Amino acid sequence: MRLKLVPKETNFDFFRYRTVTMGASIAAVVASIILWLVVGLNFGIDFRGGTTIRTEAVQQVDVGAYRQAVSALDLGEVSVIEVFDPNFREDQNVTLIRIQAQEGQESITGAIIIDVEAALKEVDPSIEFTSVDSVGPKVSGELVQTAILAVASALAAILIYIWLRFEWQFSIGAVAALFHDVILTIGVFSLLQIRFDLSTIAALLTIVGYSINDTVVIFDRLRENLRKYKKTPLKDVMNTSVNETLSRTLMTSGTTLLALVALLVFGGDVIRGFVFAITWGVIVGTYSSVYVAKNVVLMLGVKRDWSKPSDGGGAGTQFANVDA
Amino acid sequence: MLQIALWKRVLILAVCASGLLFSFPNGFYSRVETHNDAVAAIETFGSTSEREAQAAIWPSFLPSTLINLGLDLRGGAHLLAEVHVEDVYADRMDVYWPEVRQALVELRDQVGFVERVDTAPRGTLQVRIQRSEAIEAALQAVRDLAQPVVSLTAGIGATDIVASGQGDVVTVELSPEEKAATDNRTVQQALEIIRRRIDEVGTREPSIQRQGENRILIQVPGVGSAAELKALIGTTARLTFHPVVSSTADSEAIAGPGNILVPHLDREGEYYIVERAAVLSGEDLVDAQPAFDQNGLPSVTFRFNPAGARIFGQYTSDNVGALFATVLDGEVITAPQIREPITGGSGQITGNFTVESSTELAILLRAGALPAELTFLEERTVSPGLGQDSIDAGRIACIVAFAAVIVFMALSYGLFGIFADVALILNVALLLGVLSVFGATLTLPGIAGIVLTIGMAVDANVLVFERIREELKTAKGPSRAIELGYQRALSAIIDANVTTGMTAVILFALGSGPVKGFAVTLMCGIATSVFTAIFVTRLLIVMWFERRRPRTIEV
Repeated sequence: MRLKLVPKETNFDFFRYRTVTMGASIAAVVASIILWLVVGLNFGIDFRGGTTIRTEAVQQVDVGAYRQAVSALDLGEVSVIEVFDPNFREDQNVTLIRIQAQEGQESITGAIIIDVEAALKEVDPSIEFTSVDSVGPKVSGELVQTAILAVASALAAILIYIWLRFEWQFSIGAVAALFHDVILTIGVFSLLQIRFDLSTIAALLTIVGYSINDTVVIFDRLRENLRKYKKTPLKDVMNTSVNETLSRTLMTSGTTLLALVALLVFGGDVIRGFVFAITWGVIVGTYSSVYVAKNVVLMLGVKRDWSKPSDGGGAGTQFANVDA
Repeated sequence: MLQIALWKRVLILAVCASGLLFSFPNGFYSRVETHNDAVAAIETFGSTSEREAQAAIWPSFLPSTLINLGLDLRGGAHLLAEVHVEDVYADRMDVYWPEVRQALVELRDQVGFVERVDTAPRGTLQVRIQRSEAIEAALQAVRDLAQPVVSLTAGIGATDIVASGQGDVVTVELSPEEKAATDNRTVQQALEIIRRRIDEVGTREPSIQRQGENRILIQVPGVGSAAELKALIGTTARLTFHPVVSSTADSEAIAGPGNILVPHLDREGEYYIVERAAVLSGEDLVDAQPAFDQNGLPSVTFRFNPAGARIFGQYTSDNVGALFATVLDGEVITAPQIREPITGGSGQITGNFTVESSTELAILLRAGALPAELTFLEERTVSPGLGQDSIDAGRIACIVAFAAVIVFMALSYGLFGIFADVALILNVALLLGVLSVFGATLTLPGIAGIVLTIGMAVDANVLVFERIREELKTAKGPSRAIELGYQRALSAIIDANVTTGMTAVILFALGSGPVKGFAVTLMCGIATSVFTAIFVTRLLIVMWFERRRPRTIEV
């Protein structure tokens, strides 16, 4: 007996609730942008400068006492958060202390860290600093630029590649789906106030890579079916294509999510934000390649005559003989 | 129809076997590392029985290259320092001043008296002449001093200084070409000095790289705290010896021409007026060692090179009874009286030292002074304990993900799923092998990249299997269905992986540290998963098919 995520034959009409799904997507994107602008992202020190110290102590953490001890040093805004993780040992009590960038200093000086350590040892002698990250305003400014450049160039590269391999309508549809995924991820990060740092950007690009993967597989089938069914309305060809690839889409998302959930549960708190972003992105990306990308292509319409081999570069088969 | 040439089969199997072989040492990480360290130690320091024994714990016929663990996994310090290249411009101008004065003195009947303007912007030299109508002649004289720039990038005809005149003031500064050449030299020197200082302390495998125009990236594994490292790297350590004019308690005291006011290093409210021109500097030292003085207090002994020893001997002979200040980075360490001529070329610095600080000063003096000041722009340290926790967590996550995907595939595709599982195992082995052979660095996000690869690697197989299922529906024979399945799924596989690969390349190009590590595993993972899906599972299926010749297959 085989495990089947999807029955052998499916014939869902993915466009029946087209206005609903498209409306929901647009609403979610708008809501995300509003959240982003109003609530704002919880930027990590990578993007706004400052210092994060991870502490580990044997005794229970008293967040208030920690905060008081560090605030007494007059370092401006200080936040202390206790970190919980199922993987921690009994006597492993972890906090993250964030200190804002100091006026007129490129990077936190060793003296400040020593002061903070001394102040916290008063509270709990067993305390240890397991990691210290400090980023000056110069570097954080550059990192912001790099991050924006990275996401923009990834979208541009994909736009061009899909345009070359398919048609411009596909390329717009694919990038619309990617844009949707990226914005929704930013929205969730604003909503839940998860720390947004360099690794989140890496996660965003991974989401872009994963989501385009899904979209391309469906497009590839669509292109093939467009050659096969020349007279069928575009909407029906699209439905057939999605139905034919549905099993694969869900299988791949399923295995990827299985692996990601394992990482989310067992991978430790250091990368949990990163893994969460990717997990969320895989879910949103799967949705968007089925609903967003194709709706956009449907709205734009596509060329129906794919019979001439020169069209589209005959791309569908040009790799077919690599190992024949 | 389903045929794969023998040489292709051999090649595919050989690639898989070498993947297994090269990933194998990573399963015995600490053992292989001990072996490698011992082998390296035998090469540099010669053989001892202990080292031989350590080298023998891993057979030498097996590969011994390991994946580098990133600082976030091994623990260590990552520092990004900026070199203040402009510091050097001011020194260069000080060197130029006597030459400029000499040139203008020769034109005294035209320009009159000359004086250096003290308020000149940093890095420039300004000279006021008495007769402003002679400014052109003065400029000409200064320009004649300029030397052509020796550099590969500067254009022909570029000179090292440019002079401009306004009213009665001649301004001299380094030309842009000379600045660029100087900057380059300064950063190279700073890099070299930092390397020497870190090597003196003897931590393992430090990485010290230039980044961009004037930055240096320093990565030292195994260091728990960056504070010591920063103190070691960030100290300029410019040691100079000056004749003392007088001492004072007034921080606002007027030093007078040719003199400077210098505070005492650790005695508050004690200042010395010393001559600006140093008698000797740290560059004349050949050795420095921590030691104890006659009272048993920590001190640093040093030795001058022959030229330095001669100057030192001459000076101390001529100035018995005078005070002589040892100045480190603009602060007086000690200013003893010269009791007798010191002609042996060696001396001792006593001050308020601890054993640690005298050891550190000796290291800094041996390694040489930094040509310019450093500021740290970015600092990241991870303790080895946290790194180990991350490795453990990553390992568990990998195993769980692996097991879950394997079971899921087998349940979904039966025998074909098991083929895909074998390919998946080979895929991870190949991935680890590739990372080892290229000496790539594995970071915590990199481990996430491996887990993600495990999840996504089956994608290409899924595409093929789903396609074979579909082709089977149209009732062609099983062999034809398999063939068509592979052929038709290929364009989707290629497109999907090229686009994912593009984002990984962008991440690699723009990311740094841990993010770069993630991009590397992702790129390698894409390559190995396409290889295993297209070639390995196919070979497995073909081999099974040839043996069984089934009339019907179920995918």
